[in-house]
Amino acid sequence: MGATISINGITHHYKAGADPVLQNIENRIDSGECVVLIGRSGCGKSTLLHLIAGLLQPSEGCVKINGHQVVRPMAKWNMMFQKPSLYPWMNVRQNAGLGLEFAGRPKAEIRGRVDELLMLVGLSEYSEANVQSLSGGQQQRVALARSLATNPEVLLLDEPFSALDAFTRASLQKEVAAICRDFGITLVTVTHDIDEAILMADRVMIMNRNPGRIEQEFEVALDWPRDTAGVDFQARRRVLMEQFERSENVTPLGKPSRDRVALRRVGG
Amino acid sequence: MKAPSVSIPNQNAAGLSAVARRRLQAVTYPLAGIAIMFLCWWLGGWVLAGNPDTVIFAGFAPGPTLASLQQMLGEGALWDAIGASLYRIGAGLFWGCLLGIPLGIMVGYFTTAMQMANLPFQFLRMVSPLAWMPLAVMIFDSWDGAIVFLIAMAALWPILFSTAHGVRRIDPGWLKVARNLGAGGAQMLRKVILPAVMMDMMAGIRLAVGVAWVVLVPAEYLGVTSGLGYAINDARDTLDYSALAAVVLVIGVIGYGLDSLCGLLMRRFNWRMES
Repeated sequence: MGATISINGITHHYKAGADPVLQNIENRIDSGECVVLIGRSGCGKSTLLHLIAGLLQPSEGCVKINGHQVVRPMAKWNMMFQKPSLYPWMNVRQNAGLGLEFAGRPKAEIRGRVDELLMLVGLSEYSEANVQSLSGGQQQRVALARSLATNPEVLLLDEPFSALDAFTRASLQKEVAAICRDFGITLVTVTHDIDEAILMADRVMIMNRNPGRIEQEFEVALDWPRDTAGVDFQARRRVLMEQFERSENVTPLGKPSRDRVALRRVGG
Repeated sequence: MKAPSVSIPNQNAAGLSAVARRRLQAVTYPLAGIAIMFLCWWLGGWVLAGNPDTVIFAGFAPGPTLASLQQMLGEGALWDAIGASLYRIGAGLFWGCLLGIPLGIMVGYFTTAMQMANLPFQFLRMVSPLAWMPLAVMIFDSWDGAIVFLIAMAALWPILFSTAHGVRRIDPGWLKVARNLGAGGAQMLRKVILPAVMMDMMAGIRLAVGVAWVVLVPAEYLGVTSGLGYAINDARDTLDYSALAAVVLVIGVIGYGLDSLCGLLMRRFNWRMES
């Protein structure tokens, strides 16, 4: 089952007296919902994710998960990072079961749960393999199995697919979204990829910087499974792109949107 | 009719593959090195024996040395000396590890500890372990205790600094993931930090073994009546140069053996996959 996340008036500075990285963030993410955070580099997306995970404590405000204030990281709200950060001295099975080991679960239970999850992520035959011998996509699958092993209520993804090739990325995006839907896990993802946002999200939060804030929200409202080549998907993509550009007041090339509008007018 | 030519890749004129050649070289080159060393040793002995002023030192030559070695091993006195020295090295390394590993982890992990400890530790590191000799004699009520202290002082710094270096090199992602999975302090240490720094720690221990073995001989010149250092001192006092050279030979062989053992352990704990 998932969990409800309440973000209550969060402001965060990395150093006292410095400009805030995030300012007055207020939001609620429902249990089982998938929210994607998009925005340009430096807008505080990853910081917000770290605050939700309890890896950072906000300068002001608080995050509550199912009504409990997040004061430290817990396996119940698990985060996947851009780098899988697998432990090279452990094999695939040991890496995947590490969270359960930390939780003091019996060995037989860990074994059973890890077998289940390796099957889910398609790595059963690699259970005894050295993680260094796996491809980038397979390593992220191990990291996914490791994150799911502890039955998390919340899964936080900090661009874990960004370093993968396009095919692996697309298949992992679909798999993670499907797994989270099936298990009712609340999913919060950070990405720079508009397609990923439309593919995975129930709701997209568009963030802006200086100071970091949620500028706009966008309900995707598409049925599952989603077809990236479909007309509805492309229409949502276009609308999100326009909202994103409007919120930033810049074009993707970095020019003010007024210039772009003027150019459009000139071009007819 | 022309016979089809068959080419065998990776073979030289003698018919050896590149791999076999490398393996052969791995054996023959060290053997050649040892042979050259023995030749130099023999030449040295021959020069000493040929000069009336130095003929008294002719016992250093390979022949008398090996004869003395055989005799000492047969009598058992050399085994006792080896046992005593290995005990002192073991005890000194034990204390060096016991202090050096936790301190290294602390200094490597906590920036403040590093900033506070760096200067004093660098200062203490530069003091020769033998300079602590008078202090050791005063502090410890047995000669053995003083020698173990000197060896521990020699072993401490390489272990401490290598461990600290290893901790500073830990991928921050490993620590973040462990925290995120709910690891407590002891779990973090046991499952992440120690395995991650194991190779650096072993490299430090290997260095420490080398330094400690070098310090052992002069340390055993202190009041004790056992050990390889004592055996050298005793042989010098009795002008038994062949026995002295035999002990030197034994020190070299055991030192090489200890270093090889450390090398094996380093390979055992090496989790980096060779590409």
